[in-house]
Amino acid sequence: MKAAAAGSAKYAIELRDVRKSFGKTEIIRGANLAVHPGERVAIIGPNGAGKSTLFNLISGRFGSTSGDILLHGQKIDGLKPYEITRLGLARSFQVSNLFTRLSVFENLRCAVLWSLGYRYAFWKFLADLQDANDRAEEVMEMLKLEKRRDVLAMNLTYAEQRALEIGITIAGGAGVILLDEPTAGMSRSETARFVNLIREVTAGKTLLTVEHDMGVVFGLADKIAVLVYGEVIAFDTPERVRANERVQEAYLGSVLADQQAEAGQAAHGRAAGH
Amino acid sequence: MGRTHESRPHYHFKPWNVGRWVLWGLFALVLLAAPKVFSANFQVSLLSQMGIAIVACLSYNVLLGQGGMLSFGHAVYTGLGAFVAIHALVAVGAGSLPVPVSLIPLVGGVAGAGFAVVLGFVTTKKAGTPFAMITLGIGELVFAMSLMVPEFFGGEGGVSANRVTGEPVLGITYGPQIQVYYLLALYTFVCTAAMFAFTRTPLGRVLNAVRDNPERVEFIGYSTQRVRYIAFIVSGFFAGIAGGMYALNFEIATAEVVGAANSGAYLLFTFLGGAIFFFGPIIGAVLLVLAGALLSEFTKAWLLYLGLVFLFMVMYAPGGIASLIMMNLRVAAFGKLRPLLASYLALFGTGVAVLVGAAALVELVYHLQLGDTIGTQFNFLGATLDVGRLDSWFGACFVLAVGLALFELTRRQFELQWGVTQEEIEREIKRREAAI
Repeated sequence: MKAAAAGSAKYAIELRDVRKSFGKTEIIRGANLAVHPGERVAIIGPNGAGKSTLFNLISGRFGSTSGDILLHGQKIDGLKPYEITRLGLARSFQVSNLFTRLSVFENLRCAVLWSLGYRYAFWKFLADLQDANDRAEEVMEMLKLEKRRDVLAMNLTYAEQRALEIGITIAGGAGVILLDEPTAGMSRSETARFVNLIREVTAGKTLLTVEHDMGVVFGLADKIAVLVYGEVIAFDTPERVRANERVQEAYLGSVLADQQAEAGQAAHGRAAGH
Repeated sequence: MGRTHESRPHYHFKPWNVGRWVLWGLFALVLLAAPKVFSANFQVSLLSQMGIAIVACLSYNVLLGQGGMLSFGHAVYTGLGAFVAIHALVAVGAGSLPVPVSLIPLVGGVAGAGFAVVLGFVTTKKAGTPFAMITLGIGELVFAMSLMVPEFFGGEGGVSANRVTGEPVLGITYGPQIQVYYLLALYTFVCTAAMFAFTRTPLGRVLNAVRDNPERVEFIGYSTQRVRYIAFIVSGFFAGIAGGMYALNFEIATAEVVGAANSGAYLLFTFLGGAIFFFGPIIGAVLLVLAGALLSEFTKAWLLYLGLVFLFMVMYAPGGIASLIMMNLRVAAFGKLRPLLASYLALFGTGVAVLVGAAALVELVYHLQLGDTIGTQFNFLGATLDVGRLDSWFGACFVLAVGLALFELTRRQFELQWGVTQEEIEREIKRREAAI
């Protein structure tokens, strides 16, 4: 029944009245969201709206308090992170979460091993796994990190670490990708380059990204989900979200005003969400 | 680096792959030739013990260095391996077990892996500090059991067996120590190679990933608990082989082999040798045997010295001897070692002064405490020290204080110089990268 559901599911990701409380504080208060396969969704919202928490629930880092989370029609809430990963959902982290004492190449190779079926093998040599090595090299080239192949992850520059973070996420070939503030802490020019990179490596996949930078949001997303106080108050195309009164009221009005002012004045510090 | 890139993107020729064959050849040669150079009986016995310790420390490092698991109870697996092996040897002697004597270490290995399957299931449920606590608890548990179950552990006297049993194969009886040595050397070489091979496998690499960042490992599809568990069993297998080698070498196993002192020694010497490099524990194992056999001949306070050395290493060289070697090899590879030599000489000289001062003081205190039995006057490096005389104490303190001051000065100087050298190397690397 699961296989049939996975094949014909209408949505890649579906949240049904998902709730999450930490102690007495309810952070996610009945979130609903349905993302079609191949859609590219940006989740925006004020600080503390629960965007990262929502990602942590979907990826299995935390368990939800109630509600259903479905991946291709299959219930995944309550599963362990590695079980969810094996079902084809991968995520990145807001703070780079790398294998610090392994080289760039080894980081990527680790990230592809499970998806290529090598599991816990200790009777095969890594050097002989041509598909794993090729895939790791391929991702490394996409990230433009070939020259840094043998550098330990801890010795990379910040921007390189962010790139590797994305690389580890997409290397396993998951169909659903969650990126948690992929451009956080980057300069303007790095951000522009990075948006292109993300677009390239997530082509054809279902993408959910948490983002503060409106430039990135409009650059990456077909649809925007607005999360305010643990609820999705709007989920639509950028134009219609922009026009949505509730969104204007709750959040986007001020941000968009900032962005327009910024666009008008050309150079300006990063304003979005802060 | 990317020279062969276009044609075979996954293949990168590294010059030290050739060096690797040379290194393994040298290792085999050393194992073969060692008893020719050190041929006295007690020397061959020490060499045999080194082989055992090498396998034990390397198996410990599968946990510590490769998996980031700090175990305080590794002797459980070497020790239980030794006990099962000695019982197997007894059974072979009685004719009830048709296993050649040369395979006894493997029996220990299977036993070690078996105990790791059972005990490791609980242990590897947790990582970090809880893991360390559980290993400590299991270590105490098994040691307590050894006194409660004399049927298996043999009580106070332990269990002994005779390895000279059955028909000799090709004239090998394992009577003479030299024959045992070569058998153990073979096991040492094969186990070392097998454990090195393990580091090049998918599981071996993901184990490193678990050490570095267990959380992320869960998000690339791996259960960290399962990775730790399998690695623990692999470690237990090789630990058990070391135990079996021990049983064959000493023909006896007593309760101490599962005790905390042994677990502590594995931890201490693996760390001293260097846990972050594969070959570090080999150095540590050699030191383990030398410290136990030779240092204890020089001075009764040898454990105290060992503690001091350990403290010193944790503070100044947390990567152990192996990392000191590798860091200097790197400097040498960039042709920048020569300017450092003067500093090394100064560090060595002042270090010796500190050592002499500290040792004199330690010996004085030791003789003060135990003066009734070992006398209050003793010979220390040609000088006669007396706990009753003020100038002995004053002299020791003076040498220590001056030594420490000079050492600290040279150390600071060296640190600056080292930093500059490293920066030069970094720049050189950047330049080479840009040149590709």
